[in-house]
Amino acid sequence: MKEKWNKLSQKKAFWPVVIFLVILLFNGIMTGGEFFSLSIVDGHLYGRLIDIFRNGSKLMILAAGMTMVLATGGTDISVGSVMAISGAIACSIVNGNILPGLHGNVAAAVVLSILAGTLCGFWNGFLVAKVKIQPIVATMILLVAGRGIAQLITKGKIITVNSDAYYFINGGYILGLPFPLFIVIFLVGLLLLFVSRTSFGLFLESVGCNAKASKFAGIKVDRMLLAIYTISGAFAAVAGLIESSGIKGADCNNAGLNIELDAILAVAIGGTNLMGGRFSIPASIAGALIVQSITTTVLAQGVPAAYIRVLKAILIIVICLSQSKEFKGMLAAHKTAKKRKAVEE
Amino acid sequence: MGNENRLLTARNISKSFGKAVIALDRVQFDLRGGEIHALLGENGAGKSTLIKVLTGVEERDGGTVTLNGKQIHPKSTQEAQREGIATVYQEVNLCPNLSVAENIYIGREPRNKFGKIEWKKINADAEELLKKFDLSINVTKNLDNYSVAVQQMIAIARACDIEAKVLILDEPTSSLSTVEVEKLFEIMRKLRQEGMGIIFVTHFLDQVYEVTDRITVFRNGGYVGTFETAQLPRVELVGKMIGKDYASLNESVVAGQLEDAQESTGEELIALAGASSPGTIQDFNLKIRKSEVLGLSGLLGSGRSETARVLFGIDALGSGEMKLKKEKVHFKSPLDAIRSGIAFCPENRKTEGIIADLSIRENIVLALQSKRGLYRKISKREAEKLADEYIKKLEIKTPDADQLIKNLSGGNQQKVILARWLATEPEFLMLDEPTRGIDIGTKAELQKIVIELAKQGMAVLFISSEIDEMLRCCKRMVVLRDMRQVGELHGKEISEEAIMHIMAGGEQ
Repeated sequence: MKEKWNKLSQKKAFWPVVIFLVILLFNGIMTGGEFFSLSIVDGHLYGRLIDIFRNGSKLMILAAGMTMVLATGGTDISVGSVMAISGAIACSIVNGNILPGLHGNVAAAVVLSILAGTLCGFWNGFLVAKVKIQPIVATMILLVAGRGIAQLITKGKIITVNSDAYYFINGGYILGLPFPLFIVIFLVGLLLLFVSRTSFGLFLESVGCNAKASKFAGIKVDRMLLAIYTISGAFAAVAGLIESSGIKGADCNNAGLNIELDAILAVAIGGTNLMGGRFSIPASIAGALIVQSITTTVLAQGVPAAYIRVLKAILIIVICLSQSKEFKGMLAAHKTAKKRKAVEE
Repeated sequence: MGNENRLLTARNISKSFGKAVIALDRVQFDLRGGEIHALLGENGAGKSTLIKVLTGVEERDGGTVTLNGKQIHPKSTQEAQREGIATVYQEVNLCPNLSVAENIYIGREPRNKFGKIEWKKINADAEELLKKFDLSINVTKNLDNYSVAVQQMIAIARACDIEAKVLILDEPTSSLSTVEVEKLFEIMRKLRQEGMGIIFVTHFLDQVYEVTDRITVFRNGGYVGTFETAQLPRVELVGKMIGKDYASLNESVVAGQLEDAQESTGEELIALAGASSPGTIQDFNLKIRKSEVLGLSGLLGSGRSETARVLFGIDALGSGEMKLKKEKVHFKSPLDAIRSGIAFCPENRKTEGIIADLSIRENIVLALQSKRGLYRKISKREAEKLADEYIKKLEIKTPDADQLIKNLSGGNQQKVILARWLATEPEFLMLDEPTRGIDIGTKAELQKIVIELAKQGMAVLFISSEIDEMLRCCKRMVVLRDMRQVGELHGKEISEEAIMHIMAGGEQ
């Protein structure tokens, strides 16, 4: 039993999950249990918990892709803009602004916008792996240009759609649970299977630790990078679909704005080293849920939204401190000094 | 050598980094006015550290530096410059986006009484100064308009204009062409006549004999000696650099060398014919047979590692061809080489070998996994078996295979890397300085393993700076100098004396 516990607590996802549960518990106590209450309306589950999972779905998807990017020691700050592009394409197709020949076919819109996101990711990967541009600069190109591209697609307008099929992406229910949750389970599950069943995970950690030595050991580092940035782009496109389905339209200026920072934060909370190396996708998912639950908590407590940023800032500080060797050293030194003092007295 | 005309004297200089790394151990250095003094030694000898101490980049732990009879203790390069020590580094460290004239006068611009910079004067002075160096260029253009050689000249001109008494040139010729080097030497001789003392760091021995008056040799952070260039034969110089006393060589040589000095008669495994790679090796013709340990000998930068890099598909083959089992091959990446049964333990264990944050087991299976490809994952059980097998076979000292490789000692890390390659069951193994920084016991173990592997039919390319070790392992040895093959020794011909002779550039 104890051994099992030890093994469990050593998993990377352990502490993030615990923190997430603590936040939920705090909410539950503060609201006198109302937080946990679930109601069933028309066979659909409603409640704060469900909100967290539904609203956090975008972040979970982005965090999964971002985990791998960060594990290579790189970063992808273009995901928010890629979301805007994907939303713009999908909505424009659905309401017939572009490619009217498709007659607003939702399936075609979804496929094409995911393809567009994949292409964006491939472009990022090309710049990083082949042209050897620093990842933050390479992805900054799409961060800036992406929203422009999205506005070109929508001709600078906010596009609204009127399609129940398209609304389903964010608002739909299967077996009483919101549809975005199934998207998360499908994508993350697929990714986890790929990482664990192939040697992709080993190669990725190796490349993140020491790209040169990895190359000398026969790993095709360039191809790995290309694949990872491409996946990140494709995942961002899916997140963009959920977002635009949620607001029932494409708002190029605000879709996914600053969400790349939340995604990076989620991965950092999960404990993946931003310099590359060891990573854990489940831990990042838990990290994404933490970020989302903080937002939801603050809103639920009726605290002004501005405080969300302050809270996040505090959280970032705490995480940085908990990862800093120097800080841990200082704590340890403080403890021993205290003990010595106690002994002397 | 007398006390007359002592310009710069360094006595008992010590410097260590952390507790473990002693970069300089009570070294001496003397520079006279009006001489060119070569500072020589292999990598890690302490040359750069001494220069950093003299120029205030690093603070010395102990010892004294006297300049013109006055003790100095510079804490920054600016301070050293004010004292009269100017330095030109290997990498030009000027500002590429400033004009030539600005670069020369940066930090000491002449100003008029209102504090405004006198641009006209700067440009005129700069032009005047560069003329002395036979350099007539537009000084108002940005520095990066000019070739590295010209930039190097400008850096030297700048150094000389600061009324320097001591000029330090740290590998200034590595990016220059022959003609440019000649030009530089002319200038150095001119400065020498004017009474300046020049410290010249280089690894080109030809240049040492062409231009210097005296030589000081360091080895492993220690002082070996100072010699008149004209009175020190090359072979002896090389001996002093790598730590072998020429006089005692004749006795120690051949002692216990290769009981059975039989050369391998196995079939040819891999061969290079007329192989060149852009910027590195030139016209290599190598043949390596099965069951053979071929040694590659030469000073640093002579093309040893570069040969291995070409054979492993890291550097591209420019011209010539490579044959594996008599069939022409072309490796585009290390993976191609691995799949053809080639393995390579690189020279830099830390940056090119170990994956520090991964476990021993993961480090061991890595190359085998990439050989098998992404989709044929090595199962956990197989990986455990493989790791345990090699930990036992190579006697890697660790509690278990789950330890991170960075926690092991250097020797054990090297064994893990060797295990990584043996796991791929290679036919051809290349070892580049496999025993560097490893204790004697582990060294002997590794050498034994190499000989054993060759006995089992493996072809091995062995690269090492330690001639002793090469003597023990190799039955055939190719000697390199300046990216070319300059000699080959067989069986009983192999001796430290013979190798050093060829390395130093004497006739074969």
